[in-house]
This record gives sequence, structure tokens and C-alpha cells, in this order.
Amino acid sequence: MRINVDWDRCTGMGMCESLAPDVFEVDDDGSLILHTEEISADQEGEVREAVAACPTEALSLDGPIDA
Amino acid sequence: MTHLVVVGASLAGLRAVEAVRRDGFDGEVTLVGAEEHLPYDRPPLSKEYLAAEECPDPRYREEETFAGDLDVALLLGTPASALDTAGRTIAVGDRTLSWDGLVIATGAHARTLPGTEHLEGVHTVRTLDDAVALRAALRGGARRLTVVGAGFIGSEVGAVGRKLGLEVTILEALETPLARAVGERMGRALTHLHRRHGTEVRTGVAVEEVLSSDGRVTGVRLGDGTEVDTDVLVVGIGASPATDWLDGSGLTIDDGVVADETLAAADGVYVAGDVARWPNALFSDVAGGTMRLEHWTSAADQGGRAARHAVDPAAAKPYETVPYFWSDWYDGRVQFVGIAPEGADEQIEVVAGDDAQGGPFTAIYRAGDRIVGALAVDMPAEVMKYRRLIGGRKTWADALELAEQRRVQRAQKQAAKERGEGA
Repeated sequence: MRINVDWDRCTGMGMCESLAPDVFEVDDDGSLILHTEEISADQEGEVREAVAACPTEALSLDGPIDA
Repeated sequence: MTHLVVVGASLAGLRAVEAVRRDGFDGEVTLVGAEEHLPYDRPPLSKEYLAAEECPDPRYREEETFAGDLDVALLLGTPASALDTAGRTIAVGDRTLSWDGLVIATGAHARTLPGTEHLEGVHTVRTLDDAVALRAALRGGARRLTVVGAGFIGSEVGAVGRKLGLEVTILEALETPLARAVGERMGRALTHLHRRHGTEVRTGVAVEEVLSSDGRVTGVRLGDGTEVDTDVLVVGIGASPATDWLDGSGLTIDDGVVADETLAAADGVYVAGDVARWPNALFSDVAGGTMRLEHWTSAADQGGRAARHAVDPAAAKPYETVPYFWSDWYDGRVQFVGIAPEGADEQIEVVAGDDAQGGPFTAIYRAGDRIVGALAVDMPAEVMKYRRLIGGRKTWADALELAEQRRVQRAQKQAAKERGEGA
């Protein structure tokens, strides 16, 4: 599964980092650093939470979707 | 469970219907909204929406998405007017809807100054219609903007006014703005931000009378008799939870609909968003009682939780969260996570930057032996790192250790940057 960032929407709010810090980090200047684009199975839960928690709806997931 | 009804078609209501459909709920779903608009994004309405040359479409989803993918029936433009918890029905206009599970997400209404509602030039900022009207007023040749209330909404609108070149005065009844949200000392720090950008902030003042001529606002008279002339008056004195329609429902109403830790207000009835008051177990040891949040993050989160619980009450779990809000002032951002305990001033430590000039800075809040809050002004990398500590019930010592780590990391980054630029 792959994470997509809509860079036009992202404002570096950081909710994603607070939920999935291995995947997301906000840099000192407010820009988002994506530590990995491919999401492992054990990261999926927290990354889904991060997607739902983004106030600018800048995050989405591609790839197989679990039922 | 065959019919889930969600009352309130803003963020919490939207997330409610999306969450159950994502989980595969195949019963009927109805979303009831008082406004005629499809669910839309509210935070920008007091910020960039007012300043932007072209307004982006604030709707979260297209109408087709509700009819299609989500298979949600929309009932927009009429507020729900009554709830019968025993008979499991709600009244919406002249219709009666039966429900098996109910989510109440009716939000809050902007408070107004009595008697000014019909004056031209007087605005609140809550709905899309409010924002459209205020945007036109601010950009339609107004020279002076006066804001009643130095809370977050009032501060954001004031900042936009300055950006648009207006003379801005913010009037605040309290001696220190935002003291309840962030504590006295940090309230003062945030007030510096306004003054630094040329916004006049007058604290400890009462609005005695709104002055008008020919049905149009011309100014306000303060408690000390002085008058402030204005072209536009924005009333930013908070919001009241939309609970009038629940009179006689038997639900407990106390500045919001009171729910248990699973967001249940009655059998089959769950609450979400600005209207919801519930015990947040994460802070029960340091700040007893219930809380009601008016934040984007909790509305989104509670909407999904409440709906899942409503369709499957047996699986309902306690909901706890670290509150988060942000506010955009001038070209900067204020971010807060957690809670500011009562009398927080003695328990705040500024761990980066300087609050005396209004930032950039980061401050952390203590209650007992725990870190319970963090505030940052123009330091976007900081608060979310503390949010994890707060959610994990970490100690004050842990927080100070993180603060030291961050100090070292920022210094190293700065040094590397300087070396890079020198090469």
C-alpha cells in the first residue's frame, strides 16, 4: 500500500506525525517529510488514522484495500 | 440495525456516515442538515477564505458522492426540531423519521450581541453564508474593522483585516485574551502577536452599546464612555451548542449534550462534535469532569466513533483524545495540543524561543507529574511530538527530556545549514 500526499493541500499541521511518527514528520519550516511511501501491514492502522485526521484532507492511500 | 440517522451535516456528521459505510454497514443511512449546503470545510472560513482573491469551493464532497458511493439520503435545509428517544423518532420540519441508531452532531451557533442581528455591517463567522457576507464586507471598501472578542475566531478575522489593509481594533472583556484556553501568561504572549502587526487590542473593556445610523453599524460605545468608530463589526464571542431542539427529549443538557465515555447520551443515541460533552478519560486524573471541544480534529474523530457505536452498541469503546487546535494569525500559526489546566501559569515552561515578544516559541503545560499540554507559535515541528507524550500519559521529566533533544536537534540543523550556506 502506498501513501499519497497532495502537496498543494498539506500545510504541515502535523496530526499525521502524532499518529504515525515513523512515516510522517513535520520539519522545522513546516514542510512535511515523508519517511517512506510504501506502508507495511503493521503500519496500516496508524496510517489510516493519520489519513482520517488530516485537517486539510491532504493524505490518501493507494493499493489493496482490506475489507 | 436497519436505519442510522445522523443529525448535523457538518464535519462530524460527514465523518459519521463515511465511517459506517467504510466498515460495510448496509442499512439505510440518512444525513439531516439545517443548512442547505452540502457538508463544507469550516476552518478556512475565518482565515484564507476571507482574504483569498478567489474562493475555493469549501464543500468536502460532491452531491453525487452521497447518492452514489456512500448511498446516504440527504435531508438538507431544515433543522431537526424534536427527538423522541422512547419511540425512536425525530421530527424534521413536517416529517418524522424513525431510527434504530442516532448520531447527534448539531454543532453550535455563534453567539450574537442582542439587538444587533439585523444591523448592516454586523457579522458573525460560523457558517458559509456568514463568511460570504463578511468577505464581501471586508473587501467592499471598508476602512475600519472592529472585532468584539479576542478569542481565536476574532483574532483570525482581525489578522485577515490587517492583511487586507484595514485599521483593526479588537475589544476584549477579559484583562487577558484567551486566558481560559491557554493560561494568562500565554494569553499575553499571543496578544503581542496582534500588537506586532499593528492591530489595536483593548482588554478589560465592555461593549455598552452598538451605534448605528439608518440601519447600519457606525461604531460601539464602551463601558468607560469612549466610542470606537467602525465600518464593519465582527462579533466573535463564542458559540453555544445547538441543543434547543432537544428540549423535552429526556437527554441531559448542560452546555452540550452530556454523554458517557463511549459518547452515548441514551440508548442508541450517540453524540459527536461541538455539541458533545463527555468524560475524556485521558485527563480524568488531572482535570475531572466532562469536556466539550469545538475543534476540527475531535469533530472528525468523534463523528466516526459515534456512528460506529450507534450501529453496533455492543462494540462501543471509551473514547479518549488529546485535543488539538490551530489558529492562523497574520503569516504565522498558533498550535495547541492537550489541555491548559486551571491556574496553569505556575506550571508552564517555555522550552524554546521567547514568549515575551509573541514568538516564535514553544511552551509545555504540567499537571501533577504529567505533561498535559503544549503550545507553539510559529514552530510547526514541535507540538505534535509532545502530543504523543500527552496521549501516552508521560511524565513531566519525559517532556523535559524531549525538549532538550529537540533543542540539540534544532541547533545541529541550524549549524549544518550555516555550513552549507558558507560552502
